Amino acid sequence: MLKLKNIQTFYGNIQVLKDINMEVKQGEIITLIGANGAGKSTILMTISGIVPPRKGDILFQGNPIQNINPDKIVALGISQVPEGRRIFPYLTVMENLDMGTFLRNDVFEIKKDMDYVFQLFPILSERRNQPGGTLSGGEQQMLAISRAIMARPKLLLLDEPSLGLAPIITTQIFNIIKKINRENNTTIFLVEQNASLALKVADRGYVMETGEIIMTDTGDNLFNNKDVKKAYLGI
Amino acid sequence: MDFDFLTYLFFGGLTRGSIYALIALGYTMVYGIVELINFAHGEIYMIGAFTGLIISSVLTMLGLPILAIVVLSALTAIIYSCAYGYTMEKIAYKPLRDSNAPRLSALISAIGMSLFLQNYVLLAQTSDFLPFPNFIPDFEFWEPYAHILTSPELVILITTVIVMICLTILIKFTKIGKAMRATSQDKVMAVLMGVNINRVISITFIVGSATAAIGGILIACHIGQINFYMGFTAGIKAFVAAVLGGIGSIPGAVLGSFVLGLTESFFAGYFSSDYEDVFAFLFLVLILIFRPSGILGRAETKKV
Repeated sequence: MLKLKNIQTFYGNIQVLKDINMEVKQGEIITLIGANGAGKSTILMTISGIVPPRKGDILFQGNPIQNINPDKIVALGISQVPEGRRIFPYLTVMENLDMGTFLRNDVFEIKKDMDYVFQLFPILSERRNQPGGTLSGGEQQMLAISRAIMARPKLLLLDEPSLGLAPIITTQIFNIIKKINRENNTTIFLVEQNASLALKVADRGYVMETGEIIMTDTGDNLFNNKDVKKAYLGI
Repeated sequence: MDFDFLTYLFFGGLTRGSIYALIALGYTMVYGIVELINFAHGEIYMIGAFTGLIISSVLTMLGLPILAIVVLSALTAIIYSCAYGYTMEKIAYKPLRDSNAPRLSALISAIGMSLFLQNYVLLAQTSDFLPFPNFIPDFEFWEPYAHILTSPELVILITTVIVMICLTILIKFTKIGKAMRATSQDKVMAVLMGVNINRVISITFIVGSATAAIGGILIACHIGQINFYMGFTAGIKAFVAAVLGGIGSIPGAVLGSFVLGLTESFFAGYFSSDYEDVFAFLFLVLILIFRPSGILGRAETKKV
C-alpha cells in the first residue's frame, strides 16, 4: 500500500533521513522504533508531505505522492496523529472532530463515524462542548486519534501515542488502535518509543538509528532479538 | 453637561468605533492567520471609497434611481476591494511566505504596498479632496432623535451590526470559518486535516477587504469627502484598536474599536478635540501597561 524508496530528507543542509526503504502492506500494523532524534517523526512528516523528501519516491497505492501538497495527501487517505497530539486548543471537542471531516461531505456517514468514536471513547461524548485545550493528556490523545479516524483514512500514521500518558491509559489506547485496525481494516503505521508495547501489537517492525533503518522483521522476532532487547527494551 | 450631550457623544463614539471596527477586523483576522500586520489594509479601505465614488458618479450620469446607484456602487466597491486584497496577498506576501522569509521582510513588504497604493491613487486620481455624494437621506421617522444620532450615523451602526452578525456566523458555524480558526491555532495540524492553507489565507484577505470597503463607503457618505490619504490615519487608528482589543481576536478588535471610538468622542466633547488623538494613544499605552496582550488577547504561553 505504501512504499518508501531511497528517501532522503533534509532540514536545511542537515540530512535527517539517509536512504530510507520501507513498505507497509494493506491491513497490517507496522511499527517503527528507535531512539530520540533518529528521524522517526521526520519519516511521518515526509509521508504526509509537510517536509517533502529531497530524493527518493513515496508510492501510495502505486502512485507517487512525494510531490503532492499535504492537503491533497490527506484527501488520498493518509491521516496523521502527530507527536504531542496537537489538539486545536480553542476549538471544542466537537469542532476538533469536525475538522477531521474537513474533506468529507457525506453528512449521514459522518454522523455514523461520530457515533463510532463516541462509542470507542465515551469520555469524549461527555466533554463534547469543552475546548480541546482543557482536556487531560490521555483525553487529548483519544481526541487526536478520533479526529484522525473521522477522515476515514486508509492509512493512519500515529506518532508516539503513548507519550506522557499513564501506563493504564497507554494500554487502553493501544487496545483501541488494534480495534480500529481490525474493525475498519485501517492500515496502521505506528511510531513508538515504548518499544515493548509497540512490538507486541505490530505485525512487523522497523528499527531506526540516526536516519537509517538498521533492522526489520516481524514484531515477535524483533521483540525476542537480543540486540533490540538490549538497546530498546532494557532487558 | 446635559444628558442629551452625553448621549450625543456616546453615539458619536459608537459610530467612530464602528468604522474602526470594520477596518480592524481585517487587521486582526489576517494577523490571526499569518501573523502579519498588513499595513496596506487601510489602503483597501481608501480604494473602496474611491471605487464607490467613481462608480456612483458614472451611474448618476446614466440617470439611475438612487437606490440602484447605492446598491450597485457599494457592491462594485466591495468586489473591487476584495480583488485588491486578494491580489495584494498574492503579490506582496505569498512569495515571501513560500521562501520562508523572516517576518520583518513581510512587514517591509506591507509598508511598501501601502505606499505604492497611496501614490498610485494619488497619481491616477488626484491629490485633492473629492466631494462624496451623501447617499444616506435624513429619515423622516428618525427626526425626533436626529439631534443625538443623525441618520447616516444610524445607518453606519446598523450596517456594522449586520456585518458583525454575518461574520460571526461565518467564523463560528461554517466549514471555512472552522478552518480559519484551526489554521490560526495550529497551521501544520490544519494542513494535516486537509485544509488548503493558501485558500484559507486568500479568503481571510477577501473577507477583511470586504469589511474595510464597507467601512470606506460608509465613512465617505458620512463625512462627504475623500482623498488618497484617508486610509493611512484610519488604518493606524484601526490597527491601534485591534492591538487594544488583543490582536488576533475578532471580538477583541470590535471591543477595542468601540473603546477607542468612545474615548476619543468623550475626550473631544468634554475637553479638547485638538488633543483627542494624544489622549487616545495615551489611553492605549495605559491599557497595554496593565494588559500587555490587549483587553481580550491571549497571553503567550510558552512551554519550557
